[in-house]
Amino acid sequence: MGIAIEVRELYKSYGSVRAVDGVSFTVEEGEIFGMVGPNGAGKTTTIECVEGLRRPDRGTIRVLGLDPQRDGYELRCCIGVQLQEAALHPRLKVREALDLFGSFYPRRVDANHLLEQLGLAEKRGAPFEKLSGGQKQRLFIALALINDPELVFLDELTTGLDPQARRATWDLVRSIRDRGKTVFLTTHYMEEAERLCDRVAIIDHGKIVALDTPENLIRSLGAEHRVVFSADERLDVGMFRQLPGVTRAERVGERVVVYGKGEGLVSGVVGLLERAGLPFRDLQTEQPSLEDVFLALTGREMRD
Amino acid sequence: MRGVWKLTLIQMKLYLREPIATFFTIFYAPMMLLLFGAIYGNKPTPLFGGRGTMDVSVPAYIGLIIATVGLIGLPIGTASARESGILRRFRATPLHPLAYIVSDVLSYLLMTMLGVLLLILTGKLVFNIRFEGNILSVLGSFLLGTTAFFALGYLIAGLAPTARIAQTVGMVLAFPMMFLSGASIPLEVLPAKIEAVSRYIPLTYAVRLIKELWFGDAWGQHWKEVAVLAGCLLVGGIIAAWTFRWE
Repeated sequence: MGIAIEVRELYKSYGSVRAVDGVSFTVEEGEIFGMVGPNGAGKTTTIECVEGLRRPDRGTIRVLGLDPQRDGYELRCCIGVQLQEAALHPRLKVREALDLFGSFYPRRVDANHLLEQLGLAEKRGAPFEKLSGGQKQRLFIALALINDPELVFLDELTTGLDPQARRATWDLVRSIRDRGKTVFLTTHYMEEAERLCDRVAIIDHGKIVALDTPENLIRSLGAEHRVVFSADERLDVGMFRQLPGVTRAERVGERVVVYGKGEGLVSGVVGLLERAGLPFRDLQTEQPSLEDVFLALTGREMRD
Repeated sequence: MRGVWKLTLIQMKLYLREPIATFFTIFYAPMMLLLFGAIYGNKPTPLFGGRGTMDVSVPAYIGLIIATVGLIGLPIGTASARESGILRRFRATPLHPLAYIVSDVLSYLLMTMLGVLLLILTGKLVFNIRFEGNILSVLGSFLLGTTAFFALGYLIAGLAPTARIAQTVGMVLAFPMMFLSGASIPLEVLPAKIEAVSRYIPLTYAVRLIKELWFGDAWGQHWKEVAVLAGCLLVGGIIAAWTFRWE
């Protein structure tokens, strides 16, 4: 696998605010690379420097072997960009938008086919102002794909979408990667980064605080899984200590919480309850997530 | 320059989808002509050197269309495209900034021409208006006047922080200009005081140049009008280029 993006020691300030404070990372070809962090962490500034829309104060950036500042035209021809803040003319129709943006590129894909893939075929004659939030977002993805780019940038793609539209968008992003393209995205949803990205850079106050696959980041935390359920008074929480991997168990009101590590925790707990003939209900499992990783690294909750 | 024609064509389509802009650019001037024609007719009168009211109104109303597009339509369109993020999206494509500007100017120019054409056609068919000049000369004066006012329009858009302010400034400048320049009402029928004021209004020079060339004057008789309009084009254009921003 080659390198799609290489960023070394990137700095960018706005006045006295250091938006990006010495960021370095590489994105490999064919992966979904995510930059995750709270609002104002420096994600958009970073992605827009990489796209060539902002000029960095310092640092080197290579995108598909090109310098975004010096080779802007060549670069914009072979990347696809979805911006966090952008719009189209309210009366521009979906099909017209694709024809128009397609005309800017030396190479383009079939617009009808793209609209089919993105579920916008029925909306081809609809003006931009009449589209729903999810449809607008899909149209912007379509515009980002019209030139058959090797590398696609998606900045805060699912912000403002309902959970169903968000999941559908994730499938879409995966299908872009599965066609051999590289995806660089930013998000402030930890769950999105965890479920969607092959590798994640966690950014806070303009610095990357961790960079790895979501699984490795969570594993590095060494955090415990939890199994939580309701059971009546007869249950003795001490019984779970005999299970391998269980570290402790406690009763919190009518809920029982079993802490532990390892793959077999849930089946162990359920098996033990059934063998003992003890009734239980509302069983839930709680795994450590990227949210916990962020908390551990920054000492703050990610949610704003 | 890939994409220039496509963008020009789409911009014109979008212009025509705005009912208010379409009305004022294309239908307002012919409508005024029919209205005043119904009142005054086109009988030759000594006041206009033996020409009829409609004869002198058609070239004057061209200035009306130029001012509407240049001072109102263009600043609003440019500032709101910037404000809403439309220009930002274009910037992320290989579209050259110059290509964008060229197609923007071209689309406004073609819309203005469409309005002027309908005005002249109405004048010719309904009032059989006179034309005593050289078509290329008149076209040249039209292009000079139009580009000068477009430059002022981009200047307003560039200096205005928001689309709303661009709209307000454009209208505040455009409406008095239309009435004090001889574009709507011939200066000959207005009091001398207003004629004095008209000397400080750029539109006066566009209207006079187009009108006098329309009735056969030579360019050499109107160096002052040419100088004022070229000055607007140059100064407006330079400051507009300076203050232009994509977001």
